[in-house]
Amino acid sequence: MAGFKKKESREMPEMNTSSLPDLIFTILFFFMIVTTMREVTLKVKFTVPAGTELEKLTKKSTVSFIYVGPPTDALRAQMGSGTRIQLNDRYAEPREVMDFVAQERQGMTNQAEQTISIKADTHTQMGIITDIKEVLRKSWALRINYSATRRN
Amino acid sequence: MAKKKKKMPGLNTSSTADISFMLLIFFLVTTSMDTDSGLARRLPQPPDKEQEDAQIDVKERNVLNVRLNAAGALMCNSEIIEISQLRDRAKEFIANPNDLSTLPEKHAKEIDLLGQCYITDKHVISVQTDRGTPYSVYFQVQNELVGAYNELRDELSRSKFGRPYDALNDEQKLAVRTYYPQKISEAEPKNYGGN
Repeated sequence: MAGFKKKESREMPEMNTSSLPDLIFTILFFFMIVTTMREVTLKVKFTVPAGTELEKLTKKSTVSFIYVGPPTDALRAQMGSGTRIQLNDRYAEPREVMDFVAQERQGMTNQAEQTISIKADTHTQMGIITDIKEVLRKSWALRINYSATRRN
Repeated sequence: MAKKKKKMPGLNTSSTADISFMLLIFFLVTTSMDTDSGLARRLPQPPDKEQEDAQIDVKERNVLNVRLNAAGALMCNSEIIEISQLRDRAKEFIANPNDLSTLPEKHAKEIDLLGQCYITDKHVISVQTDRGTPYSVYFQVQNELVGAYNELRDELSRSKFGRPYDALNDEQKLAVRTYYPQKISEAEPKNYGGN
């Protein structure tokens, strides 16, 4: 009799998984909040320089990006290998930066905080960067950030 | 007879977990947690018409000329130096610790929390690039100059407040910033390197 009883108690009770969806939903919401979708497909190739005196870009909503570099391998055949500026999803000329800045500024709630992050390739010549900076100055986008990776 | 109770069959929710797993995986894949970082700079305001005509006179001793040519070589005042030497040069120039007559002049200024100070508030570091200068060299120069300011501010805050600059409160930071104001000017690029 005693042995029979023992056998019965060994059976594992089934685990209650009814709270599993809730758990997953919680993790899901966390990722939904922290995620920032990459809105543009990169059409230029770049490796940003490395620096030591970097600051983090905290307020994502006030940052716009300007990409500078040679076209990606797939686009090289049509576009050549000269340095290009990319604004949103297309190539642009330096003077078009002004419209881009104004357009980006319209959607912002805190317009005085507008920051332009320049993601430029290390091999870029300064001429094109200077042109961009001049246009940024004229369009009163004075807070800029040279994107870089940390180095020790 | 009593009404027969109609029982609603329970909704089968066993697939909810699968659905939310799928959404979770989607967000896991698309998310980019890395925060962007970079060297923050402030551009000067666009020049007015009047300002363009009236050139501001700056004494020679108050200017540190940093020139970069198309080959990426660096010239500091009239010497060719390496980028690694620039930080110390800039620190010496900004602080002028021995009050030399070749380095920026010092003025007495009353600063909150620090009292009467002699500071080189008229100094200017002028960075001039060529259109052909590589961006990486320009970036390293900017990095070194900002680094020089950061080191000086840190030294000052450690000696006055006993804490690194980052740990100061806003008022103390402002005092330190007034002591070492960041003055990096960028002239229009010259095209003196060929190209």
